[in-house]
Amino acid sequence: MFEAVLLTVITAATPILIAAIGELVAERSGVLNLGVEGMMIMGAVIGFAVANQTGSGTLGVIAAVAAGMAMSALFGFLVLILVANQVATGLALTILGIGFSGLIGEAFIGVPGLILPELYIPVLSEIPFIGPVFFQQDAIVYLGFALVAVVAYVLFKTRLGLVLRAVGNNHGSAHALGYSVIKVRFMAVLFGGGCAGLAGAYMSLAYTPQWVENMTAGRGWIALALVVFSSWLPLRVIVGAYLFGAVSVLNLHAQAVELDIPSQLLSSLPYLATIVVLVLISANRRLTLVNTPACLGKPFVPDR
Amino acid sequence: MKSILKATVAAAALVVAGSAANAADVKACFVYVGPVGDFGWSYQHDQGRLAVEAKFGDKVETAYLESVPEGPDAERAIERFAREGCNIIFTTSFGYMNPTLKVAKKFPDVKFEHATGYKSADNVATYNSKFHEGRYIIGQIAAKQSKSGVAGYIASFPIPEVVAGINAFLLGAQSVNPDFKLKVVWVNTWFDPGKEADAAKALIDQGADVITQHTDSTAPLQVAQERGAHGFGQASDMINFAKDAQYTAIIDDWAPYYVHRVQDVLDGKWESGSAWDGLAEGHVVMAPYTNLPDDVVEMAKATEAKIIGGWEPFTGPITKQDGSVAAEDGVRLDDGAILGMNWYVQGVDDKLPQ
Repeated sequence: MFEAVLLTVITAATPILIAAIGELVAERSGVLNLGVEGMMIMGAVIGFAVANQTGSGTLGVIAAVAAGMAMSALFGFLVLILVANQVATGLALTILGIGFSGLIGEAFIGVPGLILPELYIPVLSEIPFIGPVFFQQDAIVYLGFALVAVVAYVLFKTRLGLVLRAVGNNHGSAHALGYSVIKVRFMAVLFGGGCAGLAGAYMSLAYTPQWVENMTAGRGWIALALVVFSSWLPLRVIVGAYLFGAVSVLNLHAQAVELDIPSQLLSSLPYLATIVVLVLISANRRLTLVNTPACLGKPFVPDR
Repeated sequence: MKSILKATVAAAALVVAGSAANAADVKACFVYVGPVGDFGWSYQHDQGRLAVEAKFGDKVETAYLESVPEGPDAERAIERFAREGCNIIFTTSFGYMNPTLKVAKKFPDVKFEHATGYKSADNVATYNSKFHEGRYIIGQIAAKQSKSGVAGYIASFPIPEVVAGINAFLLGAQSVNPDFKLKVVWVNTWFDPGKEADAAKALIDQGADVITQHTDSTAPLQVAQERGAHGFGQASDMINFAKDAQYTAIIDDWAPYYVHRVQDVLDGKWESGSAWDGLAEGHVVMAPYTNLPDDVVEMAKATEAKIIGGWEPFTGPITKQDGSVAAEDGVRLDDGAILGMNWYVQGVDDKLPQ
């Protein structure tokens, strides 16, 4: 029973976890990309289409990552090179992604998809309870955890991470020190796009292996909220994603075991939980100030 | 935002199309609430539109707007169609009711058809389908096939149509197994494949081995397929997604109605009215019965024939959840009682959200 619930939580949490960790990197470099939903849905449709045409899930996932990166490259070009408004461009990217994915996906409606195989890690997957929950998942779930670990390490333990955070906190100084603010930000935005594409592929190849229009159903926005929720700390993204996944799945289980709680209240619980945590976090002003990228959303135009 | 963009693009396309020479006798226009690619509600309406095109060829021109939000945007979309010379406009969602009536007043010569509503006018007809007839049949199948004696029902919103579906399903199941149990999970959305899949998993984990849904995606059936459980397609035949899991599907077939009404306009004998048709008229169609033993298929077909012959699934004795009598033995609930249903029958393991 508990094992079954946990398995559902993992699948519910994985797409928002991956999209959020990508957005976290972009935001740490000072770029606010509200186009996560659009990049995610493009990843979902391209991943599905390529997997369907080639019969290879791996190629589908790679194509989805590429699609997310292509979308984010467009965003990067507009906001970093042409210095367009980040909020407006991000929103436009979401609208573009949802509309364009519908157009591409028209041929794939009603076509059953390919399901990514589960990878059984030898020996470990034999352990009762822990085995099925942690070591019998598809590759993207493992990749999600790996991504968080790598991001946490790179951001805080390497020179690259230091530069990235410097660019996000004070682009003027970083520029003066000789770092290319635009280049660093572009890379971070590309990483964010790739992650969003991967999250999309998880939706259309593992979570619900099919293509239907608008299938991400707002998960890109939840990923954005999760970044704030985590106060830009990678490990907290895991906590947030799993908390959110758990609350939304427990709602359904609670109804199935006939707990006498109104379903509307249960449905709103994940959002209420997010608000509560945001309030708790912002109560600690110092921590918030230390971790919020100071140049988040501010355009940078290098003076010569 | 997406729907606004799409509506704008579609509207722009229409302006272009409208300026071209119009050789067709009748222009039939459709307003959809979702994308035509939902493979559910709006998809089936669009199949109906395509059937009209196929049937009448050059005589009828069709146009549609998809993802039109219910509310002020709908009024604009409908009015635009009316101005552009549409002779008959089908507005295919409950929330278009008042906008349709408002526009209809301004354009007395244009015919309007509103799906699932209850307000009509001289030039506004209403139409709906008796989906609950199909739900009674799948309830019977579920009770025959379930080993655990428990079915799971993924429900969208507590509106009469959904409640009537749940009741019809359980009445069908109880006609086979009086102790049959039904677990209901409300997901509070019409369309979110991920959430629908999670709900299906939760129900199966809680012991349901047959699941059914009143939401629009194929995700719950896919979960059933994966977990070795069974289920039923919703709105369209979903067998491609669950070839071992789908027993049958309740298909919404709007084509006969659309063809019939457009024919009436062509013949000049269109009249306002209120259509509420089901299996008998071919508006509700059962997909081929699959993965079932012969005797169960026979039972399902017999019930189908009985309903086509005029029998109503909501015929007493029916007891409400609170123990009061909804219909005495042999008494048939009237249409108003079914269309406004806001109570559960006895045996539903859930409290109806109010």
